[in-house]
Amino acid sequence: MKTLKILFAIAIATSIASCGSNESNDSNGGEEALSGTIMIDGSSTVYPISEAVAEEFRAEAPDVKVTIGSSGSGAGFKKFARGETDISDASRAIKESEVAACKEAGIDFTEITVAYDGLAVFVNKDNDWLSTITVADLKKLWEPEAEDVITRWNQLNPEWPDAEIHLFGPSTAHGTYDYFTEEIMGESGSSRSDYTACADYNVMVQGVSTDKYALGYVGLAFVESNADALKIVAVDNGNGPVLPSKETVSQGTYTPLGRSLYMYVKNESMKRPEVKAFVNFYLNNAAELAEDVGYIKLPAEMYKQQIEQLNAQ
Amino acid sequence: MISNKVKDRIFKYWAIFCTFSALALLAIFIGDILHKGLSRIDWSFMVSLPSRHPEKAGIYTAIMGTIWILFLTAIIAFPWGVGAGIYLEEYGKKSKFAALLEINITNLAGVPSIIYGLLGLEIFVRMMGLHSSVLAGALTLALLILPIIIVTTRETIRMIPESIREAAYGLGATKWQVIKTLVLPSSIGGIMTGVILAISRAIGETAPLIVVGALAYVPFAPKSPMDSFTVLPMQIYNWTGRPQKEFLVNAAAAIIVLLLITFMMNGIAIWLRNKWQKKYKW
Repeated sequence: MKTLKILFAIAIATSIASCGSNESNDSNGGEEALSGTIMIDGSSTVYPISEAVAEEFRAEAPDVKVTIGSSGSGAGFKKFARGETDISDASRAIKESEVAACKEAGIDFTEITVAYDGLAVFVNKDNDWLSTITVADLKKLWEPEAEDVITRWNQLNPEWPDAEIHLFGPSTAHGTYDYFTEEIMGESGSSRSDYTACADYNVMVQGVSTDKYALGYVGLAFVESNADALKIVAVDNGNGPVLPSKETVSQGTYTPLGRSLYMYVKNESMKRPEVKAFVNFYLNNAAELAEDVGYIKLPAEMYKQQIEQLNAQ
Repeated sequence: MISNKVKDRIFKYWAIFCTFSALALLAIFIGDILHKGLSRIDWSFMVSLPSRHPEKAGIYTAIMGTIWILFLTAIIAFPWGVGAGIYLEEYGKKSKFAALLEINITNLAGVPSIIYGLLGLEIFVRMMGLHSSVLAGALTLALLILPIIIVTTRETIRMIPESIREAAYGLGATKWQVIKTLVLPSSIGGIMTGVILAISRAIGETAPLIVVGALAYVPFAPKSPMDSFTVLPMQIYNWTGRPQKEFLVNAAAAIIVLLLITFMMNGIAIWLRNKWQKKYKW
C-alpha cells in the first residue's frame, strides 16, 4: 500500500509538472512512463470491451495496472459509490437511486457512451410460427400480471400451437434484465418471475436451442455466435418488423431494444494522468475493439465529441 | 423364496453397478474435457496474460493467484483448525459446552460456500479494511475449510490409544508435554492429509471469491498479500460466459490444469498418509 501511495504522489507530481503539454505526451508516449492502478468493475456485458482496451493499453503503458471485475452493472455501481473503483461499466444508464448514493458519498462522475448493443428476442430454430413479435405482445408475455396466466403459445395468438411457453431470461443482477423490463414494461425490474433465470447467457442460449417451445432475450453477440441453433425474432414497434443487426441498431431503427453501453468515470480519478490516458485510449480505440468482441460501434463523431468534452474539463 | 446365495449375488452385482456407474460418469466428464481442451494446453497458454483473442489468452495470472491463495489458505487454516481441534479433543472434552460446539462445527461444514463469501466480504474486506486482496480471499477460504480441518484433527487424535496418554501422564508429563511429544507427532500425518484434502476442495471454489471480489481481468501476478487477484475457477467461469465458442476451449484447458493441481494435492495427501502410518503402530 505504501508503494502505491508513493506511486500516486509521483504520478500527481509529474502531472503537475507536465501541465499543459498533455497532448504531445500522449502521442510520443515514452518520455515519462505512466504508472499506477486503475480499478474497473461493473457490467459483464461491457466487460469484453474493457478487457480488450486494457489488453491493448498494456503495450502503450506497461506500468499501469488495470484490473477489471464483472460483477454486474448494479453491483458495480455499489462499489463505485463506495469509492472502491475508478470506472464503473454499465449496460444501462445509471439509476436515480445510484446517482443519489454517489452524491451522498461525494463522488462526481462523467458518463461516457462506449458502444451500442441490441437485445435480441430469440426462439428455437424449429419454431415455425414466430418470426415477428410486437412490443405489445412482448409486454403481454413478460409483464408481472402474466405470471401463471399467459402460459401457452395460443393465448398470445390463437393460430399458434397449444403448447406451454418456456421463458428464459437473465437473472435480476443483470443490466440486460433492467434494460429489457424498462423498455418493454416501462418500469425497470417489472417482470414476471416464473421464467428460467440464467446468470450465464450461454446457458440461456443452450436452453432455448434444445427446446422448441422456448423464448428468451439476450445480448445480440450471444445469439449471433450461435446463429445455427437459434432463430432471431424481429421486433415490431408499430413501424413494421425490424431484425436486430449492426445497421438497424446503430441507425436507431431497432427500437426499443437497441441500447447504449456506458462507462462512468470518477472525476477525481480523471485528474490522475494514467486514468486520463486510459479513458482517452478507450475512446480512441473503442470503435474497433467493440466490433472485435461482438458489439456495435458508435458513429465516429460521437467518440470525437466525447474526447473533446473530456479533455475540456 | 430367494435363496441366500441368490441374494448375495444380487447384492454383489448391485455394488459393482454402483461403483462402475460412478466411475463411468467421471470418465465421461474427464474424457469430454480432455477432448475439448487438451490440444489447447501448451507453454504459452500457461504463461500468457488474459486476452480478447482466445488463441492468445493464457492463465498465467490465474495460476499465480491460485498458488497464492493456496499457500496463504494453508498457512492460515492449519494452525487455526488444528488448535481448535486439539482444544476440543484434549481440553474441553466432556463439558456440555464442548458438545454444543461440536454440533455447531459439524453444521458449519454444511453451510453453502457463498455464505462464507458474504461473511468474508463484511468482516475481512469491509470491517478489517483488507479490500479485495489475496489475503481477504485466503482468510475467507480458510474459514470455509476450518470445520473440515477441525473434524479431521479430532478424528486423528482420537485414534491414539488412551493407555499411551495415561502412561505419559503417569511419568508426570503435563498436558502440553503430552500434546507436544505424543499427540501432535503421531497424528500429524492424518492431520496433514485432512488439511490438504480440505485445501484441494477450496481451490475449486468460485462463489465465495466472487463475493469477496476476485476480479475477472488482472494482468499481473500478486506480489504481496494485499494485491488484487484472480484465480483459475474465476477465469474458467469468465470464459464459459463469453459468446465466442473458442473461449469454451480455453475454459476446458483451464479445467484440465485445475484438475491436475487437485490430483497432485490428493497425491501428496496419500503419500503423507502412507509415510506417517508406517511410523506409528499402536
